[in-house]
Amino acid sequence: MLHQVLFIVFGLICVAGAINLLAQRHPINSALSLVVVMGSLSLIYLLLGAEFVAAVQIIVYAGAIMVLFVFVIMLLNAGAEERTRGSRIALLLGGPGVAVLTGLIVWTMVRNSQQFGGVLIGNMVQSGTDNTHSIAELLFRDFLLPFEVTSVLILIAIMGAVVLAGKKEA
Amino acid sequence: MVPLSWYLILSAILFALGVSAFLLKRNIITIFMSIELMLNAVNLSFVAFANYWNQHGSKLALSGQVFVFFVMVVAAAEAAVGLAIIIAVFRTRETLNVDRVNLLKL
Repeated sequence: MLHQVLFIVFGLICVAGAINLLAQRHPINSALSLVVVMGSLSLIYLLLGAEFVAAVQIIVYAGAIMVLFVFVIMLLNAGAEERTRGSRIALLLGGPGVAVLTGLIVWTMVRNSQQFGGVLIGNMVQSGTDNTHSIAELLFRDFLLPFEVTSVLILIAIMGAVVLAGKKEA
Repeated sequence: MVPLSWYLILSAILFALGVSAFLLKRNIITIFMSIELMLNAVNLSFVAFANYWNQHGSKLALSGQVFVFFVMVVAAAEAAVGLAIIIAVFRTRETLNVDRVNLLKL
């Protein structure tokens, strides 16, 4: 019961934040509502028993990535966006299309919800080890090569960002 | 106990809102933020399915959460490079409106 109430509350906050992102015209307001979405998503991860993912969501997404976004918005002095012909066409064609697609997915889920079963609160604890411990074992044993490859990816991303955003010598 | 389908429906709604923001927004930074929203929606279904498979006693159930970890790493790298590209575009075009950035040549 408590699980359902918490899920509904944080799910509604999530959806409200996403709608606000869509409705706001100034990028800084959209960025702040995206922070709200990410924060309530991390609480939903806690309900699913994924403490490590919830913590990383707050630290990496709501912390690092959104600070980067806000920093760039401030740096470029972005103002309120202007409506153009292109956005009206997108609204006319894209709006109904997205609504139909979402309706279809929701209808399918509701129809087949019996076959999916349920989600129990915080059941990721396995025989004495906690969630973070289990993830670490998996990450540094089975997924060691992908983990090392991501470090190379981040190195390349750093170099790319410096090259792209750095001052050009004339 | 919450049905798994609720989580998947929430994920679908968030993804759809991300797609609509991607289509409707004209500011390049907001478009980039809606991509992050879509990634978050997909992460939610990964974690929900990880919980589901954990209940069914699958040994690799936590690999769903490891996948979310990798998605976050790639999203961080993507944000750094993408925002650098936005800064480079703004330097040459002096605008953030995607309708005015429609030519490859200056």
